[in-house]
Amino acid sequence: MTSTRPWWKTGLGVVFTALMLFPVYWMVNVSLTRTGDLRSDPPHWFPWEPTFEGYEAVFAQQFPALGTSLLVGLGCVVLTVLIAAPAGYAIALLNLRGRRTLNFLLLVAQMIPAVVMAMGFYAIYVRLGLLNTVGGLIVADSTIAVPFGVLLYTAFMSGIPRELLQAARVDGAGTWRTFVSIVLPVSRNSTVTVALFAFLWAWSDFIFASTLNRNGSLIPITLGIYNYIGNNTTQWNAIMATAVVASVPAAVLLVLAQRYVAAGVTAGAVKD
Amino acid sequence: MTSLPTAVGTHESTSGAAGTTPAAPGGPRRRRGPSTSQWAAVGFAAPLLVYLVLFYAYPLWRNVDLSLHDYTIRAFVQGNAEFVGLDNFADVFASSTFPTAAWNTAVFTVVSIVFQFAIGLGLAVFFRSSFRLSGVLRALFLVPWLLPLIVSSSTWAWMLNSDNGIVNSVLGAFGVEQINWLTSPDTALLAVTIANIWLGIPFNLVILYSGLQNIPGDVYEAASLDGAGAWRQFRSITLPLLRPVSAITILLGLIYTLKVVDVIWIMTTGGPGDASTTFAVWSYREAFGTGQPDFSPAAAVGNILILVALVFGFLHLQLQRRQEAS
Repeated sequence: MTSTRPWWKTGLGVVFTALMLFPVYWMVNVSLTRTGDLRSDPPHWFPWEPTFEGYEAVFAQQFPALGTSLLVGLGCVVLTVLIAAPAGYAIALLNLRGRRTLNFLLLVAQMIPAVVMAMGFYAIYVRLGLLNTVGGLIVADSTIAVPFGVLLYTAFMSGIPRELLQAARVDGAGTWRTFVSIVLPVSRNSTVTVALFAFLWAWSDFIFASTLNRNGSLIPITLGIYNYIGNNTTQWNAIMATAVVASVPAAVLLVLAQRYVAAGVTAGAVKD
Repeated sequence: MTSLPTAVGTHESTSGAAGTTPAAPGGPRRRRGPSTSQWAAVGFAAPLLVYLVLFYAYPLWRNVDLSLHDYTIRAFVQGNAEFVGLDNFADVFASSTFPTAAWNTAVFTVVSIVFQFAIGLGLAVFFRSSFRLSGVLRALFLVPWLLPLIVSSSTWAWMLNSDNGIVNSVLGAFGVEQINWLTSPDTALLAVTIANIWLGIPFNLVILYSGLQNIPGDVYEAASLDGAGAWRQFRSITLPLLRPVSAITILLGLIYTLKVVDVIWIMTTGGPGDASTTFAVWSYREAFGTGQPDFSPAAAVGNILILVALVFGFLHLQLQRRQEAS
């Protein structure tokens, strides 16, 4: 560590990162550009005279959509954790019979294209009158996160030392007690990772929202952006402002919970 | 930073869960009797089992059902669609869109993955030796992956806009004539592929980077003592030792890329014509993209996609097994 920490590498790294993040910069730049300047040639590389027209439009028109997305995201988190945590416990620590099959089913479940699930849900929701409801969207969105959640919990929980569980049993704790007062607290980091991804996926979902909820009175922000694109293609600063606002949760999570993000991305892919 | 090694490091025990099986009969199980603890296990897994039946199996079954009947929007509500067997599949295969969609899916997937992987690997190797700010920069690379797809897709759509896009403006400065990225049949597929490559780089970088972390540093030290240069080390150490992780990365990439709808739909809606239509987009368009939903062919295309996904699912499992064995 002491020998070489060359600055040229940092320089090169900054250049790579800048190239990679250019579209993100461009989104912010356009969101601050005045409508009249949007079509100037060459485009304005920097918002010298920033305007907040776009953001005003967002908060005037998209506020309910942001609320809906928040609600859907949180609902999805609760549902996913409620289902995935006990299932992980059963598979990892209670020697559930048929757990190999279950693991395989969960792997396959993650591979099913969302558009296929969307059609299935549509066919069911039409009959049950669940189209355009927030509850229906929460359930559909949770299908993205539940298999991931179970696999992540299983992976972590199988690493919990058995002595810990045996000690609890000696102290007279039953299966439920052990789960609530030992396994769950120990798995806190996994819960954070699962919750984070469940929220982010629900927040970002476009396919389920655009199929199951497109005529709803409460539409999520992704659909808000989509409708914007369809309706007024001239107001790209407003579209990009909405996009910036919709990216806020991702930015916040990256800053506050980067290690959990990295853990979630690699789970399922890397073994050492 | 304690949690990252824990969460990642313990992952190999997914398989380890199965590895504990041999130990179990000898232990407390015999004393308690298997039935009691099995009931508890089933009890804890019950929400998941119910969930899988209601929200996975049932929608999938409905999807198969859709593809075997002739569903119109009216039959949808009344539930009296005519059973047509495999006619929908025959129609799909005979459709003029089929060869185009197959070709587009193949090109989109293969090109995306080749570039995502190559760039991701290059960056992973670059970030391997830590330098000032490397942690921060690596974290920033995650941003594109975390953004909602509609955000990044619409940003790319505006950047690639024919008249006012920044890409054409920069190319124009070098004397390149205006390219109609999204509206010309020659470039639409290329445009969505570029955006998709950009989206996939973070995922490849993160996985390959953590794969690299597992290659012991002394292997490289020994190699450089033997006089192996950087390129030589990359070819004789990094690539072979990274093979298992690379295989999984590419496979997961395949599965994700096959599913992509959002990016293409938002940027080009699969057009112009069918120029950037993949199977997933085709399915989406038939069912939800036009004023007149045509669920039955859409479901048929969807089922073909599932078959493809299943094949890769088995491959994934094989790879995992082999990794466990090694």
